[in-house]
Amino acid sequence: MITPATALLRKTALHSLHRRLGAKMVNFGGWDMPLEYSGILSEHEAVRTRAGLFDVSHMGEIEIRGSGALLLVEWVTCNNAARLSVGQAHYSGLMTERGTFVDDLLVHKISDTHYLLCVNASNQDGDFEHIVSHNKFEAEVENAGLRYSQLAIQGPRAKQVLQAFTALSLDSIRYYHFAPGELDGAPCLIARTGYTGEDGFEIYFDPEFSARLWNDLLDAGQPLGLIPCGLGARNTLRLEAGMCLYGHEIDGTTTPFEAGLGSICKLEKGPFLGSEWLVRQKSAGIERQLVGFEMLDRRIGRDGYPVMIAGEEAGRVTSGGPAPCLKKNIGMAYVPPRSSRIGTDIEIGIRGQSAEARIVAMPFYKRPR
Amino acid sequence: MYPSDYRYTKDHEWIKVEGSSGTIGITDYAQHELGDVVFAELPKVGALIKSGESFGTVESVKAVSDIFSPVSGEITEINSALMESPETINRDPHGSAWLVKMRLTDPQEVSGLMDAASYETYIAGQAKEHSA
Repeated sequence: MITPATALLRKTALHSLHRRLGAKMVNFGGWDMPLEYSGILSEHEAVRTRAGLFDVSHMGEIEIRGSGALLLVEWVTCNNAARLSVGQAHYSGLMTERGTFVDDLLVHKISDTHYLLCVNASNQDGDFEHIVSHNKFEAEVENAGLRYSQLAIQGPRAKQVLQAFTALSLDSIRYYHFAPGELDGAPCLIARTGYTGEDGFEIYFDPEFSARLWNDLLDAGQPLGLIPCGLGARNTLRLEAGMCLYGHEIDGTTTPFEAGLGSICKLEKGPFLGSEWLVRQKSAGIERQLVGFEMLDRRIGRDGYPVMIAGEEAGRVTSGGPAPCLKKNIGMAYVPPRSSRIGTDIEIGIRGQSAEARIVAMPFYKRPR
Repeated sequence: MYPSDYRYTKDHEWIKVEGSSGTIGITDYAQHELGDVVFAELPKVGALIKSGESFGTVESVKAVSDIFSPVSGEITEINSALMESPETINRDPHGSAWLVKMRLTDPQEVSGLMDAASYETYIAGQAKEHSA
């Protein structure tokens, strides 16, 4: 494998701790990140049944302030940020002029004049430049990634582990809401969000507190079965939960409608970047549709493999792999809308052979409530 | 770690030869690089395989890896227990998780493969490359 020398990769504040824990590391978007510690399957199971702790400090943060902040967020993203209340967050898309994804992101409304965007690591600088280039609202835009570390604690016992470290009532933070608070003596933003399909929290704080928070949460969580988890499990968890990953399901060529994300594309809010194209696409119809599939035998349809319908290549797999909780192999793919109905039989081209698969409803996994 | 009576390939397969028959598997290094193994696709008994040819795949959560035959010959047995418990490949790659047995066309072919000491030197070099 040809990878840039590790020395050139960016490192989170917890890098040496990951090494000490024996993590297998991987280059993810230019960052040297933990892929796995004890193994992807055991980490996946821990998050589904107990709790897992992820260092996601590679994620980027962009802050937008000033009286034009909302106007700018409204202009560059497709969801309706005007509907957010203070302390609320939503999933959205940062749009190109053509209504495709510059990135996907979480938008947090900190105050009427202050928004925090959480974006993908590898897109952070491009996102920042894109937002600045469309800032005709005199908002203040800050590329703030270096000021934040981020931990995600996910799983049915995440709340219990975290609650011991803060006076803030975590029960008072509803899903997709957040609150400022102190955690283990560190000022934090605690958001009830995640990328795993489980209950959990994503915590934003000054990198100087990274080691303390990481170690204390691991120690306190250990009796409850919390373990450190890497990007490998993060990927199998989000895939089971049917969530998109930038560079796979969505990129600069895909629109929210194609990706099944019509619910975050609020055309009714008025014009925004790319909205003309999206209005046109909504009335003309899409030419490809993201679907979920499951393999009908033991083989795995992986990223980039062709999807065959009636002997013809009809699309490509965007993500594929085992769904450890379902004991099946699953994936997502783009297919023509006429072939996108649930129950449609498709074939995945695997190294020159074809393997049977079936289009199924997403999410593949839904947590018991 | 690496049995001294096995021979090894640069693609991280091992072979243990007894007379004209050989048992083939993947090395501990290979299973560690792959991570959790979830599936192994093996050839049919009777298949004729050439040295260096891919005769199957081992799939982990993250990746799929071709298995290249260290020698030429005919498949005489496959380890069907791996269908039920492919994770054995992570636990016991040099033992119970052998993949196939083969009747060797030319037992002399094995002499071109690495012995345990050479293989250990080889993977130490690979590990260095990874962390460079």
